[in-house]
Amino acid sequence: MCGISGVVQFDDEPVSHDCLAAMIDCVRHRGPDAIGYLSDGPAAFAHARLSIIDVSGGLQPMSNEDGSLWVTFNGEIFNYVELRRELIAAGYRFRTQSDTEVILHMYAHLGEQCVERFNGEWAFAIWDKRARQLFLSRDRFGIRPLFYTRTPHGFAFASEIKSLLALPEVGRDVDLETLDQVFTFWSGLPGRTMFRGIQELQPGHSLTLRDRKIEVQRYWTLDYSSVNHGMREDACAEAMLELLQDATRIRLRSDVPVGMYLSGGLDSSLITALTLRHSHHRPRTFSVNFDDAQFDESAHQMTVVRFLGTEHESVRCSYQDICNVFPEVIRHTETPILRTAPAPFYLLSQMVHRNGYKVVLTGEGADEFMGGYDIFKEAKIRRFWSANPASRLRPLLLRRLYPHMQRLQSQPDAYRAAFFHIDAQELSDEFFSHLPRWNLTSKLKAFFSADVQSAIGGADGRLELRQRLPESYRSWDIFAQSQFLEASALLPGYLLSSQGDRMAMANAVEGRFPFLDHRLVEFTTRMPAHLKMKVLNEKYILKRVARLILPPSIIKRSKQPYRAPDTHSFIDVTTGKARAAYVDELLDPGAIRRFGLFDAAAVGKLVEKARKGLIVGIKDDMAFVGILSTQLLMDQFTQKGERYAAN
Amino acid sequence: MPPIEAEIRQFVIDNFLFGAVDKLPSNDDSLLEQGIIDSTGVLEMVTFLEQKYGIVIDESELAPANLDSISRLVNFVIRKTAQPAISSRAS
Repeated sequence: MCGISGVVQFDDEPVSHDCLAAMIDCVRHRGPDAIGYLSDGPAAFAHARLSIIDVSGGLQPMSNEDGSLWVTFNGEIFNYVELRRELIAAGYRFRTQSDTEVILHMYAHLGEQCVERFNGEWAFAIWDKRARQLFLSRDRFGIRPLFYTRTPHGFAFASEIKSLLALPEVGRDVDLETLDQVFTFWSGLPGRTMFRGIQELQPGHSLTLRDRKIEVQRYWTLDYSSVNHGMREDACAEAMLELLQDATRIRLRSDVPVGMYLSGGLDSSLITALTLRHSHHRPRTFSVNFDDAQFDESAHQMTVVRFLGTEHESVRCSYQDICNVFPEVIRHTETPILRTAPAPFYLLSQMVHRNGYKVVLTGEGADEFMGGYDIFKEAKIRRFWSANPASRLRPLLLRRLYPHMQRLQSQPDAYRAAFFHIDAQELSDEFFSHLPRWNLTSKLKAFFSADVQSAIGGADGRLELRQRLPESYRSWDIFAQSQFLEASALLPGYLLSSQGDRMAMANAVEGRFPFLDHRLVEFTTRMPAHLKMKVLNEKYILKRVARLILPPSIIKRSKQPYRAPDTHSFIDVTTGKARAAYVDELLDPGAIRRFGLFDAAAVGKLVEKARKGLIVGIKDDMAFVGILSTQLLMDQFTQKGERYAAN
Repeated sequence: MPPIEAEIRQFVIDNFLFGAVDKLPSNDDSLLEQGIIDSTGVLEMVTFLEQKYGIVIDESELAPANLDSISRLVNFVIRKTAQPAISSRAS
């Protein structure tokens, strides 16, 4: 796992080494082990290496035998062992044991289609010297980040936005439409960033740059068109176990020790248990705990630890800890966030790094593809209720949602029903499952300043998303539609990035995700919905698989979504005071007006409410965290920011 | 404007509209339908009413019929303050 960056000049001028060095220096945290550069006429690459596979031989940028192809690569190709054998049989000769060299030869062998053969998590750039062509690619799910921009004289790319902003010619204007989307979907839609002119290469896409022309192609997408309605339960469980075992096995390929994140839930417990089948070492597990008991899962974690006999270590997270690391968290997310949940992951990767580990396996992806989220359950209940809107009993099923959220559980039934109430036209809305969440989040836009509201005007993120839906989307069942929405927006835009790659790589830790093996995911797209959620029993088949491996106490516990304390992390309600000076500074009316994104008077009222300890709802919590994180982003990344000026 | 009505309006403005007076609905508009109070918001309103007017609101009273517009809230508070707190628990 590493950091990459590069530049291609259109005017054939050589790339300034200082610029290249400045770019890669911004992502040294991703790869502290070595730095490498390549300069070849109009193209220049840089690479910050975190050595994991072929520690001594995998230095980058790397070329093929005759030097006609160069690559700078962030990620892992987990099936490189099998692909290497194929390539050797086809006559390719290898100088190293690395997966990087497999990319080069597979590109030489198959051209741009090479990516279809890769099983892994990647963001890479290949400079094809003969064709004078740049080729960029990003993995299917967006695990590894890759951003690019056109400059006045060429094109630049990097693992993180801050490397592009290191180029003096790259602007820092905020993209207000992306801001609007963050305050709707929790992140900008794939491809967007918070900075105008800087784009993200979307998951499952490749890009070629030749003769100054950029072409972006999609090579993979989620497709729920081929559901096998006759799939039998036991055959499904058997196939899933086999795929999951293999997905885990190849993700243990590493020349350094591999640890595991353990949440205490089903997914990470299952992955940890499966690693026992492929490893001779006592597994090493890492967790985060909370001082605030309503977020803490340590008791469940210890049940798994005792059962599997892992060597375990956890980091305890207080309100103050979250407050202290939050500015650094936003420096890495490079986007506003509406919840503090990434911050404990920063503390977790810090602890993993301190323990000398560079790689961890996690359970990410199971909820999306196996049917674990409450939003799927919520949609099912709302549909069921809509079939008999006068029913008094059907809306009572809404109590089954979010069982661990005390505030939600204490809501009066009449109001809960009113909140989830369905208008007739919503039933045919292609975003049916996500409307309550998006409508609630969109209310935060009331805090935008009049200027921002007028600049955003009629821009509509839902319209943009609607235009991106696959042609066959409307023919899918509602469960598949909601899975697609979750996996194509929130997963890459927030979970794998702000909460995933960015928090882990901030401390040079690589996450690996067996549930995001594309063979397994493609299998789940063919599963009928009732095998993912049987009535209201989430992750039904996965639980059946787990029964063979884990004790009932772990499988049967009701799902607890991972969350962290929000406003309380920044305001001590016992004193009404901020826990750090930056909170007061950035929420001060002067600072709000300086950046101009929010209405200073409305923010003042929100802060007053927080100081009085009166923030009890998700909406206000999201508003507080969203505004504070936006202010931090502006402060660190734009010219009007004091921290930007100080840097 | 009677004091209870003014106080409730001010609470809605400060607590749910964050000062945006122009978004305050008319007294008979549904606070739910206007998107001003959601299912968590109603708990904030209940806490406010109990603290401000020294009343105890029973779970059975947590219904839009009592709480879903400024007029309904005002009438509800008037009814509750006109009766001893103990009878509201028993109702």
